[in-house]
Amino acid sequence: MRDKRASTRVMAAGTAVKPMTAESAEEMAAREFARVVESHRPQIFRFLLASTRDLDLAETLTQECFLKAHRNWGRFRGESSAMTWLMRIAINLQKDHWRNRRMQFWRHTRANAVDLDEASEWLPSGERTAEQQMLARERVQQVWKAMEGLSERQRTVFLLRYIEDQELSEIAGSTGLSEGTVKAHLSRALGKVRAELRGKP
Amino acid sequence: MSWKWNTAKGARLMPQIETQIDPEFDQEFEQVLRDFRANAHAWSEAAHSRPRRPVVRSRGLRLAVAWALGCVLAAGGFSGAMYEHHRREAMAALQALRAREAQQQKQAAQERAADEDLLAAVDSDISREVPAAMEPLANLMDEDTGQ
Repeated sequence: MRDKRASTRVMAAGTAVKPMTAESAEEMAAREFARVVESHRPQIFRFLLASTRDLDLAETLTQECFLKAHRNWGRFRGESSAMTWLMRIAINLQKDHWRNRRMQFWRHTRANAVDLDEASEWLPSGERTAEQQMLARERVQQVWKAMEGLSERQRTVFLLRYIEDQELSEIAGSTGLSEGTVKAHLSRALGKVRAELRGKP
Repeated sequence: MSWKWNTAKGARLMPQIETQIDPEFDQEFEQVLRDFRANAHAWSEAAHSRPRRPVVRSRGLRLAVAWALGCVLAAGGFSGAMYEHHRREAMAALQALRAREAQQQKQAAQERAADEDLLAAVDSDISREVPAAMEPLANLMDEDTGQ
């Protein structure tokens, strides 16, 4: 499948007259995959970092995500965007991680997780006064805290919407849920975050 | 931002989806979410561009540590169980020995009491069967013991 796709592209560009060899098709696919990694790595890492709040774990899962994607690159049919496909892999890896963590107590755990104070430290000041900036930081900290009380699905949907700016259809594609279910999870997540902001968790 | 903004009335800038699913969604909440987004992006960029530390905890190493820890725990558990088993056996043997000794003591005491009863019975039987001719002498002995 991958060979066929690469071959078609070269033929369409008119750069290759003779049939492509398997070797050049492989090279082409590798270059294509490298481009995908380069363009999507920051988003995948950001999502995993926000989900786990653990730098090392986010890096490890990001690497695993692209390793898995590389192994299955030949089976990617382009039915969804590469981003949606990669995000789906990342979500599954994250799920597996939490599931395994429950079973293996000695495994690298939440010990490395960044605390809320540190997580909310990174906030561009913009044109705010020091007081406004402090207030904004406090609010952001409350949102991170509220995230801890969300279910796995609610958190995933919330992050994809408000950090990755994804549309409902994209979120549905990444999570494998229907749009209606995504809406329901998003609504509940918003309610919980608002309750935390109002001091009623 | 790829959100679809509702700018029909021009007064408020709110994503359409949020206002549909969440009637309480207002500008203040929206601003908090924007800040949250900016925070996550800035943090991720800073983390992404930080100098990479050498990865000390490789998967293999972690697996080896897990195995070693598992083996230590298993060995500890096994030796603990063996120690407990031996301790219980020794305690049981000691208790059995003590019970046997107590039984023997009780039996000896019973035998001693039986012997004493027998001797007393024999004594009284013999004293009653004194011939009539010897009775004055027996009376004298009783008087002596009475004094």
